[in-house]
Amino acid sequence: MEKNVYLDLGYWVQKKAKQLGASETALGINHARSVEVDFRDEKVENLKESTQQSMWVEIYANGRYSSHSTNDLSKPSLEKFLTNAIDLTAYLEKDEFRKLPNPELYKGQHSVDIDINDSKQADVTAEERQERARELGEYIKGKDERIISIASGFYDSHSENYHLRSNGFEGHQESTSFTHGASVSMQGAGDKKPEAWRYYRARHLEDLVGAEETALQALARTQDQLGAKKVPTETMPLLLENSNAAGLFYRLLQPLSASAIQQKNSFLEGKQDQQIASEIFSIIDDPTIVRGLGSRYYDGDGIAANKRPVLTNGVLNNYFVDVYYGNKLGWKPTSGGSSNLIIQPGKRSGAEIEADLDKGILVTNWLGGNANSTTGDYSLGVAGWLIENGKRVQPITEMNISGNYSELLMNIIEVGNDPWKHSSFRTPTILIDKVNFSGS
Amino acid sequence: MSRRDFVKITGTGLALATLPGFIRSGFAAGNPGDNPYNFYFQRFGIDEDTVRKVMAEALHYGGDYCDLFFQNKLSNSIRLSDNIVNSASTNVSLGVGIRVLKGKQTGYSFTEDISLNSMKAAARTAATIASGSPKAAPQTFDATKLMNYYETEVSWEDVGVKDKVEMLQAINDDVFKEDPRVVKATVNFADSENYILIINSEGGLATDYQPSLRISVGCTAEDDGRRENNYFDFAARDDISFLTSERLKRLPKEAVARTINLFAAQTPPAGEMPVILAAGSSGILLHEAIGHGMEADFNRQGISVFSEMLNKKVAKEFVTIVDNGTNPHIRGSINVDDEGQPSQETLLVEDGILRSYLHDRISAAHYGVEPTGSGRRESFKHYPMPRMRNTYMKNGPHTHDEIIANVKYGIIAEQFTNGQVNIGPGDFTFYVKSGSLIEDGKITGPIKDVNIIGNGPEVLSRVTMVADDMAMAEGGWTCGKNGQGVPVSMGLPSILVSSITVGGRG
Repeated sequence: MEKNVYLDLGYWVQKKAKQLGASETALGINHARSVEVDFRDEKVENLKESTQQSMWVEIYANGRYSSHSTNDLSKPSLEKFLTNAIDLTAYLEKDEFRKLPNPELYKGQHSVDIDINDSKQADVTAEERQERARELGEYIKGKDERIISIASGFYDSHSENYHLRSNGFEGHQESTSFTHGASVSMQGAGDKKPEAWRYYRARHLEDLVGAEETALQALARTQDQLGAKKVPTETMPLLLENSNAAGLFYRLLQPLSASAIQQKNSFLEGKQDQQIASEIFSIIDDPTIVRGLGSRYYDGDGIAANKRPVLTNGVLNNYFVDVYYGNKLGWKPTSGGSSNLIIQPGKRSGAEIEADLDKGILVTNWLGGNANSTTGDYSLGVAGWLIENGKRVQPITEMNISGNYSELLMNIIEVGNDPWKHSSFRTPTILIDKVNFSGS
Repeated sequence: MSRRDFVKITGTGLALATLPGFIRSGFAAGNPGDNPYNFYFQRFGIDEDTVRKVMAEALHYGGDYCDLFFQNKLSNSIRLSDNIVNSASTNVSLGVGIRVLKGKQTGYSFTEDISLNSMKAAARTAATIASGSPKAAPQTFDATKLMNYYETEVSWEDVGVKDKVEMLQAINDDVFKEDPRVVKATVNFADSENYILIINSEGGLATDYQPSLRISVGCTAEDDGRRENNYFDFAARDDISFLTSERLKRLPKEAVARTINLFAAQTPPAGEMPVILAAGSSGILLHEAIGHGMEADFNRQGISVFSEMLNKKVAKEFVTIVDNGTNPHIRGSINVDDEGQPSQETLLVEDGILRSYLHDRISAAHYGVEPTGSGRRESFKHYPMPRMRNTYMKNGPHTHDEIIANVKYGIIAEQFTNGQVNIGPGDFTFYVKSGSLIEDGKITGPIKDVNIIGNGPEVLSRVTMVADDMAMAEGGWTCGKNGQGVPVSMGLPSILVSSITVGGRG
């Protein structure tokens, strides 16, 4: 369907819902087309193409609220869908905090052109996709006799989202995404077959890291795991590789959310304007980065994108406040979800920081674990390298780090100048002192 | 609350069916003399001629095989927070996935528009995995006879919202009555009905009706300036009769007890030590340590740590591990897999010997063995892969008390939130939300929030005691693999792992 067809359908649903008894509505229509090509050992393994569309509708009726979604977008089906949705809403209890945002928050959504749609995506042919997926494996083939299997892939998608709110919001976002990468399995000691991978994603095809570089990184990351073992339990510095550091810090998003605070499940409650991290640690949430993987014009509540500090020199500036929990707490909404998170870079490169480390563990991979957002406790599986006198002396695996985020954040002693651009969470190399590693 | 009290006396059902009413039944409940699958053909608005036309497109370039996976899933959820039932949601999903195989290669496409033209277009896309001459679609289709492991009487469409609201309120009231330290409670209830029809180019046809429910209670308590949060949940393939008054009473009781218990809990010390896995959801150990590694796609590719271990001894002789899709009303059970193969119990480890991988169509052909009914997918938007169903260990010769008495210093792991595995090296983890410390053969206090990390084959070989108290997990587990989530369950008797790394502190 064309853009105006979706918008017309959206406005038809908005009007119909009102006729059927809804006081207000918010709705979205999503349309996506995607192609996935997977190669394994020089042959196509999977080829998948799809087009899909769906609609979600939030009903606000006489102080009550419910949300619904369907992928059956014919008007007769939608009318029945809406009738049932509004009927069932009447049986719920009233919730005074459920309301659409103040329309003032909608203003300014297109202040920056974030350029997240690559118009050239439409020209990519089936042959080119296959060639791109195949080529990645080709760069790895024959490079190491211990290789058991090489998988590689190229995936691209185009999606459009239409978003309407009955108190005066209309939004439209069109975006593309390209991902490619490879994974390599190798014969290790005994029956162990280490596998590692490298995948890159970008909004524009031309921004993908080169195929050869990507492929060789996947190979090297697998070779790095050969001979990995656990080392003795010890408290020592943790060096986080830039491409892997987000795995530690994204767990702060839950306790930073207004929902966790209102539900008394956040160890960061009551910390606004307080020092919660080392003075060298700052995070900005910026939805306006050109071609950013987390860039957007508006958020899930329709709030226009705004750049906002989360932490400045270790001081907590802003929680993630959505409209509903903002109403419950009596707080002004900021945004309920993060966009691009950027940890502000320091002075030295990851390699320089590593070379200066007397003893510590460089973490390059996570393996499971969890964190408790109510208490801040964490316990996470790690793999990487034992560093001694600035050198990688032993690959490690099957180890855990455990502690509390309140202490961990204060123990950040250096931030690198190398933020990882290939993620919506741009993290540089980070060095944290006094971390509990458990091993043999 | 009796079942009948619960059925649509007042209020509308939550589900938003967009298709005509339908007799809910698996094959087993079909009406003899009638084609039971006619109900499914009707639901999806198709006939055999349409299927043949779509298959002809799918095989246009000479694919070896094709199948059509029709699905209509209706899901509902309702939520209580801050003492009111203030939110509900529903989802309707309808579509068909078309898969074409050429050797071990897969072409896949799907459409949400079940019109002949849309299906033909999707079929032509999937067909391009092959590049030869057209093949013919089958003339007739034979329905596979299936057992029904989750017979139900009441459709979730017939359960009224008003009744659900009252049920959630009653649970919430009980949570706050249970302990004055509770400051917040949430109750979430979700149900779904999944209708599937699978037809393949060999003339095979199967249908299934898969009901599901999950109810969970979360609470936060405050004690002397400290806060803790925990939860308890039940999940099953069943109708509303599953929610007996006994279960509805246990939900708030367990949720509160598990939360309050954390105030006294310590983080255990770090390092390698003996770990007892308590009976029940500790089966997550099997899911991660061996289950994933036994999925045959990884093995036919040669990339699993178990690739060369078939028929070898991997554990002590009293260790028998199965993956079973036939446990009545258990969350991971299926009457038929998503490739149309009947469900079964598959022996992974028999008396300590590794016996069988979990197969989908491609891997069964690769190994020249019968399929194991393990080809599963998240939805019509995904192609099937070998997946687990309900993975558990059978009872062994020891008792729970003997195992505890045997441990000088270690922990018992009781409640879990998540786990993960790297298939190739076999390294896996699972996160222990709560458990107990054992000193000199006695339980001395609770522990909390600790990740355990080990290596699958090593840990299997270190299972030194297995008790006789096998229990299945009661809560709802969803297994993720290559971006696809499927409902599973797991179980374990109490067992002792003689040494494994516990991610404690200091």
